[in-house]
Amino acid sequence: MSLRDALNIPASQITDEAVYADRRRLLAAFAAMPTLALSGCSDAAPPPPPSKTIVTPAQASSGFRTTEELTRFEDATSYNNFYEFGSGKADPSQAKKTLRTKPWTVLVGGECAKPGRLSLDDLLKGFKPEERIYRLRCVEGWSMVIPWLGVPLGPVLKRFEPTSKAKYVAFVTLGDPVQMPGIRYPILDWPYREGLRIDEAMHPLAFLATGLYGKALPQQNGAPLRLLVPWKYGFKGIKSIVRIEFVEKMPETAWHASQPSEYGFFSNVNPNVDHPRWSQKTERRIAGTASKLFAERIPTKLFNGYPQVASLYAGMDLRKWF
Amino acid sequence: MIAAKTVVHALALTPAAWLGWQVWTVSQTGSDALGADPVAEIEHRLGLWALRFLMLALAVTPLRQLTGQAVLVRFRRMLGLYAFFYATLHFSAYLGLDLRGYWTQIFAEIVKRPYITVGFTAWLLLLPLAITSTTGWIKRLGRNWARLHKLVYAIGVLAVLHFWWLVKSDIREPALYAGILAVLLGWRVWKKWGAARVGRVTTPSVSRAGVMPLKSGNGE
Repeated sequence: MSLRDALNIPASQITDEAVYADRRRLLAAFAAMPTLALSGCSDAAPPPPPSKTIVTPAQASSGFRTTEELTRFEDATSYNNFYEFGSGKADPSQAKKTLRTKPWTVLVGGECAKPGRLSLDDLLKGFKPEERIYRLRCVEGWSMVIPWLGVPLGPVLKRFEPTSKAKYVAFVTLGDPVQMPGIRYPILDWPYREGLRIDEAMHPLAFLATGLYGKALPQQNGAPLRLLVPWKYGFKGIKSIVRIEFVEKMPETAWHASQPSEYGFFSNVNPNVDHPRWSQKTERRIAGTASKLFAERIPTKLFNGYPQVASLYAGMDLRKWF
Repeated sequence: MIAAKTVVHALALTPAAWLGWQVWTVSQTGSDALGADPVAEIEHRLGLWALRFLMLALAVTPLRQLTGQAVLVRFRRMLGLYAFFYATLHFSAYLGLDLRGYWTQIFAEIVKRPYITVGFTAWLLLLPLAITSTTGWIKRLGRNWARLHKLVYAIGVLAVLHFWWLVKSDIREPALYAGILAVLLGWRVWKKWGAARVGRVTTPSVSRAGVMPLKSGNGE
């Protein structure tokens, strides 16, 4: 069966979960093929995300997947902090599709042997897209569980051969007020900037997403390329990346520049370190189809439940380096 | 008068009724009427209406002075009570829907987080005003009633501050309310100064007339 045939199966024929999982795998492969139009996959009505996902023990222990109930597609794509499109949660999804994601180029530079300006397709060429189900914890005290499509960040960065001087990686979001109406207001010092220490960036959990729920990434979720560092608060997952730079010194980040006392460089999810405005001990999970009105808060876990990153911070005072 | 008050009651209850209807549909059908995070939406909306009614109550005196419509004062008590009503629902939603099983966390939050400290203080200060809003209490307290109810100015400031401090970085919306409050309180300051100035050059009775200008105005 060719890829195209597989994609033409009507949703009604997809009855069991294994078929759906297989379809998602195909869609993942499909999403990575730049020459094919993506409209085909968004036209077919996507089946609702299964409430239970088949997760192997290896996937679970690596943190790449979780059995926790998924956030609904509608919620993950209608409740977004992406101030470039407005500061209301619904603004980014309601902004008319102003963002032009094609063509999209990413400038990679700084302390590396092979800098360059690459199209998104070239940047990701040769990498097999995979699906990862990550928890997303917002500093505001809510969380989601989202199946993303994309590639691990480390191998992508290694292609540029960072030198020994590359201690950090800085990321920059597109800053075009025409495509991003929210930029007209100086809510933050645009364009949005984020950064990771190089060892954080090379950690297997650090991920570059190009899609979610088997579909291309919508504008409001950071199309066409966003960062995911699931053990950190959501705002570290910089969206619509246009620049990646290897640097020697800790780069300034947008939220730190705005409120240094509230937003640290590391911003690891940590129930023991409160944000001045929100307790980080518990969170409201936005997931599943059960009533969200009467859902219990759940305790927040250190590193958002990804203990495998703890060694990155061995010997560091996480209260000081929040 | 009864008809006018009924209309105001109906209008004032509309946001609560609309929200109640949406909460009901969300709980029954799991609809998206309140968005992805209904708890946050409920809290936010109730808080906003509390603030709006507070501003409306504070607008009564300046409006009366500007328009000469003494009848407006008859709506001040209900507007103030609706501010208390929405503030109480706002606080209840925070305790009962947001914190839920962790409601005891409220004590830590009040102590630690300035915006919650300030918001809770505003609600606490509204409490005696709501209790003493009855005619019986007005008579019993006499001159002290007006003194006590001057607390509403502080409540206004605290409520706006509560909103301002909880916003991460886009302060446009709280700034709008801060602007409205500044006009409403600024008007009173200006009137007082103006009245005092006038009082010095003419007779002291003018300043008292400034408080109830229409009663005497109608008699002339």
